[in-house]
Amino acid sequence: MKVLTEKGIYRLLMIIALSAIAMLLLIVLFILKEGLPFIFITGIRDFLLSSEWKPAAGKFGIFPMLVGSLWVTLGAMIVGVPLGLAGAVFISEFIPRWAMKIIKPTIELLAGIPSVVYGFIGVMVLAPLIRDYFGGPGLSIAAGAIILGIMILPTILSISIDSIKAVPNSYREGAFALGATHWQTIHMVVIPAARSGIVAGIILGLGRAIGETMAVIMVVGNAVKLPGSAFDSVRTLTANIALEMGYATGKHREALFATGVVLLVIIMVLNYFAASAIKRGVKK
Amino acid sequence: MIIHPRHTQIIAISMLVILTVFTLAILVFIILFVFSKGLPYISFDFLFSNPEDMGKAGGIFPTLIGTIVLPLLAIIIATPLGVGTAVYLTEYTRENRITRIIRFGADCLAGIPSIIFGLFGFIFFVTTLEMGWSIISGSLTLAFMILPTIIRTSEEAIKAVPYSYREVGFSLGATLWQTVRKIVLPNALPGIVTGIMLSIGRSIGETAAVIFTAGSSLRIPNSVFDSIRTMSVHFYILAREGISSKNAYATAAVLIISILLINLVTYWIMNRFIAKKTK
Repeated sequence: MKVLTEKGIYRLLMIIALSAIAMLLLIVLFILKEGLPFIFITGIRDFLLSSEWKPAAGKFGIFPMLVGSLWVTLGAMIVGVPLGLAGAVFISEFIPRWAMKIIKPTIELLAGIPSVVYGFIGVMVLAPLIRDYFGGPGLSIAAGAIILGIMILPTILSISIDSIKAVPNSYREGAFALGATHWQTIHMVVIPAARSGIVAGIILGLGRAIGETMAVIMVVGNAVKLPGSAFDSVRTLTANIALEMGYATGKHREALFATGVVLLVIIMVLNYFAASAIKRGVKK
Repeated sequence: MIIHPRHTQIIAISMLVILTVFTLAILVFIILFVFSKGLPYISFDFLFSNPEDMGKAGGIFPTLIGTIVLPLLAIIIATPLGVGTAVYLTEYTRENRITRIIRFGADCLAGIPSIIFGLFGFIFFVTTLEMGWSIISGSLTLAFMILPTIIRTSEEAIKAVPYSYREVGFSLGATLWQTVRKIVLPNALPGIVTGIMLSIGRSIGETAAVIFTAGSSLRIPNSVFDSIRTMSVHFYILAREGISSKNAYATAAVLIISILLINLVTYWIMNRFIAKKTK
């Protein structure tokens, strides 16, 4: 018995594919619809560059949150990129095959650990250390940067390891044949050849750091003000949405959606760069 | 001053060793720290009794249900859509504008922060469609969140099936759908399952998208329209509101063990697949 003909199945699959994409478009459209009008009414400049966020008084400027997100993410990169890169180079170039079999699953397990667990460790272990040694409230840009930097390590590590492993062995043999040392081979031949994959990994890590919400809420202190140093408390864009979503109404809620729009635009731009980095790698 | 290449080699490699050891030490510390603080409190009672006093005492049974039900429903919703889309993209069309748009959309959404999905789910499912904070709102939101991953991994898995397999199907007179159903999908199954397992892991660890859509009720739900709390949300609330760090550590340990189990199952599937391939 044939219930579905070939043609029927073709149509069904097309409908499934189109509805999947419609669902995904729906999200973007919905966020834009709720957030964009607010941005235009307030004025892009006022919304992005005003430092006053007082929902009760109808003042919505997200500049402190933009700065907060920027510093925390930048700090996370400063922590995560050198460690991730060095780890990836060492693990893929020097570690024997049997040890890889232990290290790779461990990295993947760490990528799967809920971000709130990282946040909790930040609160319990890191924040008191920062408070004791550097002063300030402890819950700060520095704490957020270190925790996010550690959180994105698995992402950077696993993508970089894959792209370094993908560099053909003949490249290395060519360099060795010219009398290069192992380190010269790595930084003159292997890393340039794997660059696009490494860049893509870093950008994806960057996206994860900007988009992280709950772990950040736990460790950065969430004060709405421009930070004076790395040991001051800040609030990020994502934290702003999550902290106030529960009780926001009217204009306040629109402002949170507008924050979401800003976040969406930042992520889209980052994804575009990541995609073009990967494409460049494929072309080569 | 020029340093001899052999010396730069020694310096560079010792730097690499130090940084790598440091990195791995941090990562291992996190797992050991949570286990050392949490494992002693895990018991049969902790897993299967109800929380008391907002989670200060008692167990985590309702959140265990939430952690199983929510990702499961999300997978049930997202898998047919995702795999169907992947089959359509790889087997039923050539590269054209529609496939490019679908791929672009999936790629864009793969990187969107989960809080955006939470925001969307809250306004769309919870408020506009009046489903309230419920299992169904939560799992629909999660389904949206994991859909791009499922599409991408299924696509890769289907593409990896050699073209000669399909030719054998066609040469035996099979139609395209018969070939897809009996040859392509069974061979791509391990890859598809890996994508699904990854998505389950991501759903279990998700907090931001879940707390705004499924709520945080500690009662055992009667239907999909009841609110529920997952382990991640429970852990977040315990930790953030300082309710009980003892129970928070124990919950975190249970979470990490669940992720570990899921990874192990995924590995097992992958290895079986590779073993079959090389036979």
